[in-house]
Amino acid sequence: MRALTFKQGIYLEENKSLTSDKPLKKANRPAQVIIPMQQHIGVPCKPLVKRGDHVEMGEKIGDIDGFISAPIHSSVSGTVKEIRTVLTPEGKLCEAVVIEADPEDRLAEGISVKGDLEDLNPDEIIDIIREAGIVGMGGATFPTHAKLRIPEGKKAEYLIINGAECEPFLTGDYRLMLERPEDIVYGMKALMKAIGAEKGIIGIEDNKADAIETLQRAIDGENNIEIKKLITKYPQGGERMLIKAILNREVPAKGLPIDVGVIVNNIATAVAVADAIKKGMPLIERSVTISGPGVNEPVNLIFRIGTPIEELLAEAGGLTADAAKVIIGGPMTGCAQPHLEISATKGTTGIIVLTENEVEAFDPQPCIRCARCVDACPELLMPLNLARYAEHGMLEQLEKYQVLSCIECGICSYVCPARRPLLHNIRIGKAEVMAKNASSKQG
Amino acid sequence: MKDKRFIVSSSPHIRDLTNNAEIMWSVVVALVPAIISAVYFFGLQALVIILTSVLGAVVTEYLFQKARGKKVTISDGSAVVTGILLALTLPPASPLWMVLIGSVVAIGLGKQVFGGLGHNPFNPALVGRAFLMAAYSKPMSSWILDGQTTATPLPTINTALMNATTSATVAEVVEFTYWDLFIGRIGGCLGETSALALLLGAAYLLYKGFIDWRIPTGMLSTVFILTLIAGRDPLAHLLAGGLILGAFFMATDMVTSPVTKRGRWIFGVGAGLIVVIIRLWGGYPEGVMYSILIMNTAVPLIDRFTRPRSFGEVA
Repeated sequence: MRALTFKQGIYLEENKSLTSDKPLKKANRPAQVIIPMQQHIGVPCKPLVKRGDHVEMGEKIGDIDGFISAPIHSSVSGTVKEIRTVLTPEGKLCEAVVIEADPEDRLAEGISVKGDLEDLNPDEIIDIIREAGIVGMGGATFPTHAKLRIPEGKKAEYLIINGAECEPFLTGDYRLMLERPEDIVYGMKALMKAIGAEKGIIGIEDNKADAIETLQRAIDGENNIEIKKLITKYPQGGERMLIKAILNREVPAKGLPIDVGVIVNNIATAVAVADAIKKGMPLIERSVTISGPGVNEPVNLIFRIGTPIEELLAEAGGLTADAAKVIIGGPMTGCAQPHLEISATKGTTGIIVLTENEVEAFDPQPCIRCARCVDACPELLMPLNLARYAEHGMLEQLEKYQVLSCIECGICSYVCPARRPLLHNIRIGKAEVMAKNASSKQG
Repeated sequence: MKDKRFIVSSSPHIRDLTNNAEIMWSVVVALVPAIISAVYFFGLQALVIILTSVLGAVVTEYLFQKARGKKVTISDGSAVVTGILLALTLPPASPLWMVLIGSVVAIGLGKQVFGGLGHNPFNPALVGRAFLMAAYSKPMSSWILDGQTTATPLPTINTALMNATTSATVAEVVEFTYWDLFIGRIGGCLGETSALALLLGAAYLLYKGFIDWRIPTGMLSTVFILTLIAGRDPLAHLLAGGLILGAFFMATDMVTSPVTKRGRWIFGVGAGLIVVIIRLWGGYPEGVMYSILIMNTAVPLIDRFTRPRSFGEVA
């Protein structure tokens, strides 16, 4: 099988061997979980419980009307201690339900098999997925049910399952591919049925040869599912790059994958869909990689949503003395955390800790126009220009140079020999252009 | 652990180790073969000229930065590169005072007045050389070595070929062979004579990814094809004169060349075209310096018109 790829991008040091051989291990039940009411892109949920309520494991504790949202469930059985405002891993403030866990893990009513896949129709599948609170688990946390409702006039030809896992250090999806291949295929079939796609493709980077082999065995006998091997190159897991590599189709700028007949879902999302249908279990736990030079014993864990990251780090042997930066997500796109009083959520793919050695002080030098950013940008943009226009607030130029096409992969800042904060400035430029467009629409 | 606070910054959180200084010092390393061949063919005087030029460039950079109250960045290697490159374009008998003036002008007028590294529109070394050509044309075109006057091969070839009857090759009209031209056993400026030494260094920079192949390829192939069509000796035009040095080490200067791939082709082909026009129809036997300086002026325009179509961009 020839490995496929997209234009440009970069090769990163993978650092996956720290955890790739470590099976997913159930994390300990925390004494209390702090479950934020916003764990998805879209409208935050309203708490459905109040202080003193008893809740069961899998019970819905937050929901809201609104197409772009996903309900939230308790990951323990126990008592609601309080509802308070917390900081999310993305740096937003939102309400959270704090639950004291009891050791019983009593399951909520109605958590049972949802029936055979053959008997479920697409709408029923999408409803199950919504009620299970499933979101895109590659980190973007877009509500999955919303993605699966195909807009009028469009047709989903392909379901692509994203097994690229192109961020350094992360191995959660890799472990799922090795440990739960049947559920991935089951979830895939459910998703294909939901969107009416005839073909399913799993894209996996060629640094995960045994995952390719394992899934190849799991799809034996399925004649509409195949595996495509991808070159290990960042950001292969970006859905636009993934579709380009696998189908040679370009998702239009400002467009969505469905514009080229594709819906993309992540490996962990497929597993969550299988759990929701086969067991009736909502999304209350997920895989995570705890790794990096700043933790003592890197591990892969399955944790309950709402577990404080401090407890997850403790299961990785705690922080080293020189730990300096705690990142939720991968080192290229993740968010740095100011402290450890943060809960791990549906979008937490990894907790990566860097030490003082890897965290250098900002000391930008002049741009020498080396064009390494231009040569590497997977969206074929000119980051040096965008960053400069953003610094000077030149909104027209920003739009002309397609600033809104930036996927914030971080490559430009990564390769810059002058250590300029290119993406940082481009983000500001993007925000200003979007704000301007929004206000001109209103006016 | 509870009260511990951590560093927060926006992503990405890891960085490639390559920095500006590594790129600049790699160019210095890549120029070592050319320096060695200069010393081999022209004697220790060559080394003295190179060191004088480097010293002039670095001290000028230091003084400018001090005067402007900026951080002193002479250790980033960029002034060293300019010093070496300027020296390599000078005749072997250049008086040291002239070398010094050239290097002061290169950094002062060519770079610092624009705001220093990254802001100069022209290649600083070539600004220095252009100044010397205008101000001191006599020492800049006298080729005295060991008491003997030698002509540089390019004018010699040009004259000889012009006077020869029909499609004469270089070997028939002058006394050097292509091999002499290739290894540098000929007259000429300090660093431009040995194509072999220059190509060794260029190969290193290409391997490191610090120069782009499109610019030299465009420049050299344009000169080759056009001189071939014009009935001249294309190999001699490639190997004699400053073309190899200019194409690989000056036209590729990151600060003063386009950032887009199509732009680099245009830059290289345009520079090659100007070289041929100057050499065949202009008043100068050589044309590399002006070709690059002229193309430098076009860089902002080239970048603007060659913005790549972004991924999925709908026109």
